[in-house]
Amino acid sequence: MTPDAVPGVAPGALETTLRVARDAGRKLFVPYLTGGLPGWLDVLRAMADAGADAIEVGVPFSDPVMDGTVIQDSSQRALHHGATPGSVLEELRGHDAGVPLAVMTYYNIAFRMGHERFARSLADAGVAAAILPDLPLEEVGPWAAAADAAAVETVLLAAPTAPDERLPRICARSRGFVYAVGLLGVTGERRELADSALDIAGRLKAVTDLPVLVGVGVSTPEQAARLCEVADGVVVGSAVVHRILDGGSPQELADLVGEFRTALDRG
Amino acid sequence: MSLAEPSPEGRFGDFGGRFVPETLVPACQELERAFREAWGDPGFRTELDDLLRDYGGRPSVLTECHRLGAELGGVRVLLKREDLNHTGSHKINNVLGQALLARRMGKRRLVAETGAGQHGVATATAAALLGMECVVYMGEVDMARQELNVFRMRLLGAEVRPASSGSRTLKDAVNEAMRDWVATVESTHYCLGSVMGPHPYPWLVRELQTVIGREARAQCEALLGEGTVPDVVTACVGGGSNAIGIFAGFADSDAELVGVEPAGGAAIGRGVPGVVHGMKSYLLQDEWGQVQEAQSISAGLDYPGVGPEHSHLAAVGRARYEQVTDVEVIDAFQLLSRTEGIIPALEPAHALAWVSRDRAALAGRTVLVNLSGRGDKDVAQMMDILA
Repeated sequence: MTPDAVPGVAPGALETTLRVARDAGRKLFVPYLTGGLPGWLDVLRAMADAGADAIEVGVPFSDPVMDGTVIQDSSQRALHHGATPGSVLEELRGHDAGVPLAVMTYYNIAFRMGHERFARSLADAGVAAAILPDLPLEEVGPWAAAADAAAVETVLLAAPTAPDERLPRICARSRGFVYAVGLLGVTGERRELADSALDIAGRLKAVTDLPVLVGVGVSTPEQAARLCEVADGVVVGSAVVHRILDGGSPQELADLVGEFRTALDRG
Repeated sequence: MSLAEPSPEGRFGDFGGRFVPETLVPACQELERAFREAWGDPGFRTELDDLLRDYGGRPSVLTECHRLGAELGGVRVLLKREDLNHTGSHKINNVLGQALLARRMGKRRLVAETGAGQHGVATATAAALLGMECVVYMGEVDMARQELNVFRMRLLGAEVRPASSGSRTLKDAVNEAMRDWVATVESTHYCLGSVMGPHPYPWLVRELQTVIGREARAQCEALLGEGTVPDVVTACVGGGSNAIGIFAGFADSDAELVGVEPAGGAAIGRGVPGVVHGMKSYLLQDEWGQVQEAQSISAGLDYPGVGPEHSHLAAVGRARYEQVTDVEVIDAFQLLSRTEGIIPALEPAHALAWVSRDRAALAGRTVLVNLSGRGDKDVAQMMDILA
């Protein structure tokens, strides 16, 4: 059974890219950065060039309940710099990052702009996908319909708390990849890799052919490599943003991405 | 009949829902199942009723305010005295129910958000009573202006953790409590303090607060005559739990229902529909959907959102929502103290402020005010303001 084979819906740019790479034996690395920080487009480009398979771009929101202190701080900083959903997408428009982009933000940003308009704005800005962590399966319908119509992939999250019967339903509605939440908690760096990360990755791999990427609490190249023994790839946010907030140059961020790339390629 | 159940999706008309991180979806579903089962279990109801009576001090009395009424030029004012409950506000009704429910679900730890500190104190109290661990998140700004309640919570054995992001008030305390719950959901019950948040909370908290309206309806009929209800029933609205609790007793009557919001935090009066803290409701936000900070003298009402059922009642016209300013609230706080010997909390002083302002239109009518809490916690703040 392939619950994610959706008749009549062709895979989007993100899913196609990730599947091709995965099927060629590559482990997938998707870093996250907050849009709207000074010089962020240079970091975006540098991370793409350094071997990211796709990049998650955070559109800052005032009340990011799924985020820990690092991404809360970067969101606040971007908002203080005057970043808005409009300004972040405007900056992306015409900027070819060279890899597919997924916008990560909270649902009220899409709701306020209107589903159709937000979906079109993403498509116009060259964004392939959207991740809305406070929009679970039961609430995603109206947004997902608008996103599908605009050929924007909606990535759903799957958490360790989900009972088995829920996972195939999440995978069936997810586009691009399925985002496995690695632990019980909000985003942030952790010293140790949680057992739950390997567990949820394995449970998802057992029910879907979609790329399975683990995020939340994935902090080091070693943790990423360990996870990719089970998962197809990882999403790394706080460890990257931490470096940006500390004033890291685009080259330093490229080096960080390079360390993850090397660890994943070594396997 | 009183207020209707939400739809299976947790909607009151267009409002409500369950907009939470995926991690919390199973917990919300489990809570809904557990509450539905408990609420239908006579054993649970009896245990809660006994606790509300023998520990909480229910029923709360109904007080007619003759001197205030005369000062207002002939408004007949009745107060539902939730200020006389144990811990000094209506919040105890909700937390005793949720703490019993948490125990029934096998959860040993409670987390809560608090604004003025009344819900935090009530949660800490219930945790002490039932021997549970308790962590309360409170905005740094609110910790400073409600120092007494911070100490009270610590005395009761709770840990008070500052919410230091954003506006550092109630909204941010809710964010922190939700972040805690995302990480601890297996052992922890989120004891949400108002008729807000993801389904089932707006419904669950309303059910636990309808005791106010049930009692008040019977007390009003005893005073005014069988089948007679007040012309107006009014209460302050932040999240809106005390208002829903008293409205529930009169929703099927001819009584006018009036919620009173702070002018600086009037989600219904000045907001537009949005989604935050798990619910779709009226929300103070900018053109891009960034949540705006409320500005109110009252820490308990300093919140940019409102419970979804209030948004629904406003949309369908069953209740209307007025706004009062901080200055009007300060006057009303003193007015009730001076005329009746009752120092109200700043939150219900909003409802009194509206009655006072609209006294001409209300002359000759009977107005039931939910006096949701006592003012001890606000005395230090008022001392500074009135100095």
